[in-house]
Amino acid sequence: MKDLDPAILFSVLQEILGGLFWPLVAGALLAGLAFLVVLVRDRRLVSDRFLMSELIGLAGGVFAIWLAFVVTDSNFADIGGPIDWVLLIVLFALGGVGGTLCAYLLLALVRPQRVGGA
Amino acid sequence: MTDTETTRLDRRRVLLGGLSALGAAGLSLAVPSAPSRAEDRSDRVATKARIVVAGAGAAGLASAARLAQRLDGAEIILIDKRRAHYYQPGFTLIAAGLQPPSYAVSQTRDYIPGGASLIEEAVAEIDPVGKTVVTESGRAVPYDFLVVATGLDLDYGAIPGMDVTRIGTNGLGSVYAGPDAAAATYAAMSRFAETGGAGLFLRPATEMKCAGAPLKYTFITDDVLRRRGNRGKAELTYNAQNATLFSVPIVSEKVRMLFQDRGVKVNYSHVLSAIDLQRRIATFASPGGQVQMPYDFINVIPPMRAPAVVRASALAWQSGPFAADGWMEVERDTLRHRRFPDVFGVGDVAGVPKGKTAASVKWQVPVAIDHLVAGITGRPSAARYNGYTSCPLITRIGQAMLVEFDYDNNLTPSFPGIIAPLEELWISWVMKEIALKPTYLAMLRGKA
Repeated sequence: MKDLDPAILFSVLQEILGGLFWPLVAGALLAGLAFLVVLVRDRRLVSDRFLMSELIGLAGGVFAIWLAFVVTDSNFADIGGPIDWVLLIVLFALGGVGGTLCAYLLLALVRPQRVGGA
Repeated sequence: MTDTETTRLDRRRVLLGGLSALGAAGLSLAVPSAPSRAEDRSDRVATKARIVVAGAGAAGLASAARLAQRLDGAEIILIDKRRAHYYQPGFTLIAAGLQPPSYAVSQTRDYIPGGASLIEEAVAEIDPVGKTVVTESGRAVPYDFLVVATGLDLDYGAIPGMDVTRIGTNGLGSVYAGPDAAAATYAAMSRFAETGGAGLFLRPATEMKCAGAPLKYTFITDDVLRRRGNRGKAELTYNAQNATLFSVPIVSEKVRMLFQDRGVKVNYSHVLSAIDLQRRIATFASPGGQVQMPYDFINVIPPMRAPAVVRASALAWQSGPFAADGWMEVERDTLRHRRFPDVFGVGDVAGVPKGKTAASVKWQVPVAIDHLVAGITGRPSAARYNGYTSCPLITRIGQAMLVEFDYDNNLTPSFPGIIAPLEELWISWVMKEIALKPTYLAMLRGKA
């Protein structure tokens, strides 16, 4: 009886983010592209920088969960069934990946000189 | 650094948005399979038909948007006097103190689809025999097809002693009366949450919009009292209009258990018959006669009926359970009028079991419009509406049960085994807070 239509999900996402939608899409694409550019420039994933990025990424995961609670007027006490824990883990993971990627990019910009010698 | 932080924040918003959009699927994103979107876009029907949509609320606007998508050259005319559009599912959040009244208010004109026009007048008469709608100024608008989406009337006048201008004062609340009334209701409930006393909750004996809303507000009041450490100072009573708490038996039983858990006293078959706003006494008709109950806070929900223009027309049910309040006589699986095949009734005004929610509108409109378009092309439509509706039944601020069901009282969960319909979950609350309004707005534009 029911079909999930990607076009509908897209429309709803646009409504959620309003005028921010396209700038955010562009920002996400740019960040992803910049990450690839840095990888190609360095010819590898710089391990010490990546480790530091992962540590910062953990904070990104925590931030994602905190933001979700703030935006939805709720808190940890509202976590009910298993699917709530799954949602929290997914939020943490996505925040962590996003945070790691952003941190890696930032460190690559701030300390590019270490790359050549590495 | 600032840019990076902004990017992070923005990325979080993207991630949150994506998750909540997925979540919204549980509410109303899934679409009936028959009128597929591919058909909507590629098979536009050329026609000179004149289609009048009486009422430009959720159902009227969504209908106009679908018609504009599917028809090429049709004259689509919306008629509605009210310029403000109300996102009514938001009233509960306003009355919970979580959103300002402006959260639920936008402008009808912002949703009029290209190719459609709006007459900003009230509908004064519907003549389905002469195929004409007459506006309050006497303007006759003939039609080839008519979509009636006039919503319903909140009949506060049927409760002796009730005065909507006093909502927010002396313990009187009424979430339904509008965005400002919802905010005033929160003010009254918030004072009650400080002082404690007797809190009275109820629902009318008529059909009503979102039958979960009276229950939600009982739970929310209980939660606010607990958060302020004053639950012990208050006694909450829910007066059900019949022998159940919800029309779907399995949900009714769950709510009974939750009320027991929260210490909410329940009276069955108690219907509000009068109210003394000054003395704060509500009178209920019960099997044992009239019962007077003093209160310190009350959430009045009035009887609801079809608008007078529909009740007075030939469109209303002539007999049966929907006749007394004048609901439109439509086939329950197609929304087509049973005696006037060129007329459809969608949204609150439709005389069908269940429904009267935005989720019902979401599912009714594509079916009704598919049959209307089939009427133009002469080809049959297989689209059917099974009564699907959904209710994110808030059980406390931060948790809800995502209850979805159909005409036959079956639970119809969108994510069986993943999001349990009778479990108090944070994810269901997240959907209500983040995804429901965007889904609703997309629906008004014919995109969801």
